[in-house]
Parts: sequence; structure tokens; C-alpha cells
Amino acid sequence: MYRYDEFDHAFVSARVAQFRDQVERRLSGALAEDAFKPLRLMNGVYLQLHAYMLRVAIPYGTLSSRQMRMLAHIARKYDRGYGHFTTRQNIQYNWPRLSDTPAILDELASVEMHALQTSGNCIRNVTADHFAGAAADEVADPRPYAEILRQWSSVHPEFSFLPRKFKIAVTGAERDRAAIQVHDIGLHLKKNAAGDLGFAVYVGGGQGRTPLVAKKIRDFLPEEDLLSYTTAIMRVYNLHGRRDNKYKARIKILVHETGIEELTRQVEAEFVHLKDTELKLPDADVQAIAAYFAPPDLTERPEGWASLAAWKKADPEFARWVQQNVNPHKHPDYGSVTISLKPIGGIPGDATDVQMEAVADIAEEYAFDEIRVSHEQNLVLPHVALADLEAVYRALVAQGLATANAGLITDIIACPGLDYCALANARSITVAQDISNRFGSAERQAEIGELKIKISGCINACGHHHVGHIGLLGVEKKGAELYQITLGGSADENTSIGEIIGRGFEPEKVTDAVETIVDTYLGLRLSQDETFLDAYRRVGPQPFKDALYGNAQAAA
Amino acid sequence: MVDKVLTANRLADGISVWLNAAGAWTESLQDAFVARHAEAVTALEAAGKQAFADNKVVDVNVIEIEEVDGVLRPLRLRERIRAEGPSIDYAAGYKGLHAEQTA
Repeated sequence: MYRYDEFDHAFVSARVAQFRDQVERRLSGALAEDAFKPLRLMNGVYLQLHAYMLRVAIPYGTLSSRQMRMLAHIARKYDRGYGHFTTRQNIQYNWPRLSDTPAILDELASVEMHALQTSGNCIRNVTADHFAGAAADEVADPRPYAEILRQWSSVHPEFSFLPRKFKIAVTGAERDRAAIQVHDIGLHLKKNAAGDLGFAVYVGGGQGRTPLVAKKIRDFLPEEDLLSYTTAIMRVYNLHGRRDNKYKARIKILVHETGIEELTRQVEAEFVHLKDTELKLPDADVQAIAAYFAPPDLTERPEGWASLAAWKKADPEFARWVQQNVNPHKHPDYGSVTISLKPIGGIPGDATDVQMEAVADIAEEYAFDEIRVSHEQNLVLPHVALADLEAVYRALVAQGLATANAGLITDIIACPGLDYCALANARSITVAQDISNRFGSAERQAEIGELKIKISGCINACGHHHVGHIGLLGVEKKGAELYQITLGGSADENTSIGEIIGRGFEPEKVTDAVETIVDTYLGLRLSQDETFLDAYRRVGPQPFKDALYGNAQAAA
Repeated sequence: MVDKVLTANRLADGISVWLNAAGAWTESLQDAFVARHAEAVTALEAAGKQAFADNKVVDVNVIEIEEVDGVLRPLRLRERIRAEGPSIDYAAGYKGLHAEQTA
């Protein structure tokens, strides 16, 4: 893992001291709300429906046990005993007092964490594949590059007041688990024919009220040009991105309105000036950062194979969990464990302080002290020996953290929605809970197979509904909640935006509608191997429209 | 005229509050002062501006409510959730704000 150097420590400490002074002046009345609001947002402090909310950055979703214990401590001491892991691999606390936030940030700084750039029109937390450094299908670990981007973008003087927020995601595998094509910049780390590392560069993806899939503007950008090329993109955006209309200010709109050919020309022209400047990444610097992310010493543990087979035979529940929640690792004796934060009927992404402590303990004992947060709002232990899976499973069961549903219909992404969020128009969590309860049976989930439901409580799409295989968007209509359904979205290497299927459903009817969609899929799929998404792409929306609205209203 | 109350979030801790008849901010909507005519609404708005200027509260809003069997109920779901808290069982073991403050 990356460790702060002296500069990092001094920088974060100075920012906490600065914010402490700002909070004190606000509370004394010396600083008015209009002046203070942008300052608190720069430090991750929002005001939501019931209270302030603090969003803490978890760079590329990577945490140590010590850091996870601090997150638990903050939940217990300053909040209501829980935290909410988000689709940007961060954590949010829903009830901190403004007066406590400097103390919270001090505590975070003691474990090399902060809340900087988790809000505002700047480059936000750089996200990455949650199986980075572990996945069997990975070309190279994307996190060193995410860390380089983090350092470069932290209080970058030129890019701290962009037209709008800016999100970068990096993946190092062909299978995209970081949703890079719905980010402002998506980077796909790969090797060329000569074996050199570089990036396919995607620009202009995003969700929100105008969902767009990113366009590829470079098939292979050499590693050394990462910062100069990214700077070139940022400069074009900063110069030409629309500042006249908040809803048209993201780079996706610039890409759309400019056209990808012209935008690429502008970026390349800017890049010519930057290519051979100090932004060129020296190999020694890349290696120095990469060294922080060196894989742990994974000793041979071949005994795990026989043990695992025996345990699976003896315990079908364990077997199901291994089948669903353990991902292939580069090392054949190891796996990556998804710790589901989606208990049946639970709140997607929430974890109590006790659960966080337990995960920290398990990671320390069995997983080389490493934890990840996934954009799908789960936790991950990237390196677990197969020989230790049974012990890890038992420890997770004891904390209600062993739900065997990774990638299944109850592994739902949901934003906080109207239960917390000041921007929301409808609840998300309650809908997720209803659907989870309806489909909670393990057998039924297994029968359905991979199916990703994503729910947002407003058009800002924090719940990624546009890229859900089934997406639900909550709106307010005539003072009541209504849920619009989209089908066929996906956030993987074949990214697509879901299509609106027809008129919306009331809260008490939306789970029935989802069930109708699922039953329709089960009835038309060619075999159990044809996933929901594959089936939808084969047959299109019509059978689902017919099932939901009847033939007469199929054109609705 | 639709009945109205004044709501905001307390500056220091952000907790949702409503203005009561004594001019204080209460954590219970049921204790709020209800404006039933235009002059009362104007007074609420003035009180809200003053409390904001005095740095007591932020995000000040006059909201519409109805009274059903003596219970005040905001017309918008958003405001009902603000008044009643999240509609979900969100924090296993949490004893509530009052218990926390008196602990």
C-alpha cells in the first residue's frame, strides 16, 4: 500500500488545521454560510436532510486494517455506529456534527486518510478495479497509476475550479470491473505487442441526467505520457467546458457537442506541447510508486485445494459462498473474497462499527492486512489462501457478512435516496430492501444467475441506474414516488445505457414489475447459461414491455 | 391557505429543527408553531432570515403541512422523512439522539 511521505503528512495536517480554523470561525459567526459552504465542501462536508454528511476518500478503494479500524472508531465515536460505502469506493458518515469534523479529520490524518476532493468541481477520488493486484485476468496493477494521478490531482492549482466535477477510473484487465466507460476519463492499462505498458484512453463517459458512454481517443498511450496526456485533456475541458449551465458542464457534454474527432484533435494538439515537459513520467518514479503496491509474499498453500473440496462437500452453504463470492487469483492457491454488504433485506453498502472491526481483524489474520471497497458497495479481501477460506467464512458468518450473492439479483447498488439525500426525489434503499426480500431465496437467485439491479433516487444517478441490467430511477410525480425502469444497461467492457421500458411504477408495485421482468427473462432465455443481459440484447425490450404493460400498451 | 411551519438545520450539528411558538428551535415537528394566515407566514420568514443571519441555523425553509387528528404532517414526503428520520432501520443498536446526549 502507498504510505504517506513527509510531504503528504505535512500537507494533510496543514489542511486539517486550516479547516479547524474555518469551522471555528463559522461557529463563532465570523464566517457566513455563503463563504463557508464551498470551504466545507472542499473538505467533504455536505449538509443533507437530517444532518451533515462527511464523505471520506478511500483512494482507489484500498484500505489497511488499521485504516478500517479508524473508520469503525469514527462511526462509533462521532456518528451513530455505522458508515455507508459508496459507488465511488468511499465511505460516508450520515450524522457527524460540524463542530466535530476537525477532530474527525485529525483522527483520519493519523492513519493517512482525509476527505479532500470528495466534493467540488475538482478531480475526485480516482477509482480502480477492486481486484487490482490480485485478479487472475489482470495485465498489471492499475493502482500505482491511480496513485500517481491522485498525487498529481491533489489541490492541482489549474484543476481545482473546473466547470464541474471530474472522475477518473483505471482498470488493468480486459474485464472492466471499474466501469471506466462511464467516467470522465477511463483508463484501461494494457500491454502493446512489444510488451510495453500503456493505456487505452476513454473520454466523456458519465451518467446523471445525460448518460453517455465514453469514446476511446487513444488505443495505446505510453505509460510515460499518462500525466501529460491527462493534462492535455483537462486543459481542453477547462478551457472549453461549459460554465454557463451546470447541467451541461461535464466533459461528456463537451465531447458530445464538439464531436470526438475535433476534441481528439484539440487534445493531441495540446499534448504536443506537454509531451516532453516535466510531466513525462520518469521510469524510476513509476517504479518507486509501484513498489508500494508490490504483492504480498504469497507462499505456496497447495493444501487448500483438498481442504476446500472437503469443506464444500460438507457444507452446501459454504460451497455456495465460495462459488459466488470468491474470485480467481493470480496465484492458484489464493482467491479474492467479496464480503457482501447486501444482506437479504438490508441496506446496500452499510456496515456497523462492529462489522468494520471484524473485517479489519479478518484481513489482518488471513488477508495480508488488505481490504478493498468495490464500486458495487461491497468489501473485498484481495488475497486469501484457499486453505483459509473456511475460517474466513466462519468469521464473516458470525458478523452477518457472508451473504453469498456477489453479482446476483440481491447484490443491488442503491444510493442513499430520499432517506438521507437533500437532492433525492424518491427513496432507493426501501426499494432495494423490498426486491432483496422478494428474491432472497438462495435457490431462486442461483436460478436467475447474474443480474445487476441499480437504483437511484434522482436523476443524478449516484446509484448507477443507467448501467443496471435492470435500472430503477425514483422520481417525484404529483407529490408521490414513482420508479422508472430501464433495461439493458451495463458498466463492463461492453458498456451500454439502459433503455426506458415504459411508464413508471408506484413504490408498492415496482417489485412486482421487477419480478415480471425476471420471470419474462426466465421464460425466454435459451439456456441457463444465457444471462439476463445477453437475453435482453438478443430479444430487445418488446417481450418485457408486453409482459409489463400488455400488448395493447406495448408501445408506451 | 395551506398551513405552514418554519424548518432549518442547526448550524453546529446539522440536525433538522422547527421553530416553536416561543421562538426556539425544536427537534420535533409536533412542537412547531403553525402559521395559518399570511401575516404569520411573513413572521416565520422574517424569523428564519434572522436566525440564519445570527448563525443559529442553515438551510431555512417554510414548508407546507396539514394537521390530521392533531398531528402535524408535512405535505411533501421529503419533509415527512426529515421530520420522522430515515424510513429504514438504519443503525442496529443505536439508541437515538436523545439517549446519546444524556448518556
